[in-house]
Amino acid sequence: MSSTPDASGSDAAKPGLTDPTLDERIGQQWYQPRIPRAVLKELMKRSDAEGLRNFVPWLLLLVASSVVAALSWGTWWAVPAFFVYGTIYSSSDARWHELAHGTPFKTRWLNDAFYHLSSFMTIREGYWWRWSHARHHTHTYFQGRDPEIQVARPTQVFPIIVDFFGLLGSSLEIRKIVRHAFGRVDAATDAFLPATEKPKMIWSCRIYLLVVIFTIGLAITFRSFLPLMFVWTPRFYGGWLHQLLGLTQHAGLAVNVKDHRLNTRTVYINPVYRFLYLNMNYHLEHHLLPMVPFHALPRLHEVIKDQLPPAYPGLYAAYREMVPALWKQRSEPGHVIERKVPVENGPHGSFATQSGI
Amino acid sequence: MAVETNDIEWVVACAASEIAEEDVIRFDYAGASYAVYRIAEGFFASDGWCTHERAHLADGFVLAREIECPLHQGRFDIPTGKPKSPPVCVHLKTYPVRVEGGEVLLGVPAQAQAAS
Repeated sequence: MSSTPDASGSDAAKPGLTDPTLDERIGQQWYQPRIPRAVLKELMKRSDAEGLRNFVPWLLLLVASSVVAALSWGTWWAVPAFFVYGTIYSSSDARWHELAHGTPFKTRWLNDAFYHLSSFMTIREGYWWRWSHARHHTHTYFQGRDPEIQVARPTQVFPIIVDFFGLLGSSLEIRKIVRHAFGRVDAATDAFLPATEKPKMIWSCRIYLLVVIFTIGLAITFRSFLPLMFVWTPRFYGGWLHQLLGLTQHAGLAVNVKDHRLNTRTVYINPVYRFLYLNMNYHLEHHLLPMVPFHALPRLHEVIKDQLPPAYPGLYAAYREMVPALWKQRSEPGHVIERKVPVENGPHGSFATQSGI
Repeated sequence: MAVETNDIEWVVACAASEIAEEDVIRFDYAGASYAVYRIAEGFFASDGWCTHERAHLADGFVLAREIECPLHQGRFDIPTGKPKSPPVCVHLKTYPVRVEGGEVLLGVPAQAQAAS
């Protein structure tokens, strides 16, 4: 799941591209945890009930907070009211991500319906991002290969800060949606998006724009900015929590290694954040086994945590380590936070060969 | 055990009891790798590797009559190999399967014997 994009556009800044062993390492197999097949099967089970248990309250909170915010419009109460609404709205980014994996619901249409709703809300066109995110999981934190590298190296501080208000990431997405709506698709997109998906993506962008144009029309008709406060703009004024949590996923950690234990974090956070973030704080577990639904990630964590570096006890601990490392990476792009991997007794293997565990 | 019939060679992949319902196992034979499935409709087999990227489908998840790739969650229809969900879009090769005497037999190309 991406956060601040690499705005530099400079391949020269990517040490991986000058690393002669990069292709060799990409060809290796990713580290896989040891886990009994039966346990894994249980953890992978999809459930509409579990999905609805999170998504229905979220929708209710979204609607309730929008009503409160609308009623408070014109008073100073609107500031905290829209802060709450925007924060709940921006939880759509975590939802988009989980739904892209197809895991929150057992029923396919439920998953797809919420996926396209969340994609629109968080300003990530659904068809484009489904394919882009697939590459993130294939080449997690391989510079020049992973399209969702969170923080460029050397670190650029400004994009990280402005993206607490979505100013870079969401602005770039809006520009991309407009381009694609007019059929202008760049070579990079052509390289990973199958031809069959291209018309769907273009029409999806057009629908996005129609909804936004309709909202602008409402604002003009009523001579009020209020309608615009509910669509897309919350990703700017309410995106702080997503950026705060999202940065902890990979920033500052190792690059170009096929071991998620070295390039991905798990951080313990409070239940409210976990609800809004769909347990993506268990990000290491998610990358190791992306088929495990969000509601089973805490259980997966308990099963395999002995094989992983220790989880961070909280956001403060993660940031206390991450911020100095990112600062150092401004002048030393090769510097990384080194995670301690537990010494293991047995060799790493695939699930299929370990049914007897 | 291997029994050749024209261009198909029947080989024992596993005991039927080795695969739980709605599950999949990996079977390697003569330099090739297969995924053998058990679903409500019976036993089926396909190429082991996903047609999208290098991931073995035996590490994936069986949902009714679909197999989901462990790497990107692309899905194939198990009996036909038809791609059902992005990012997979290339057909998955399937192989005939029969159950005899409690054993699951897989019909693999006969030339696989020569290759071994």
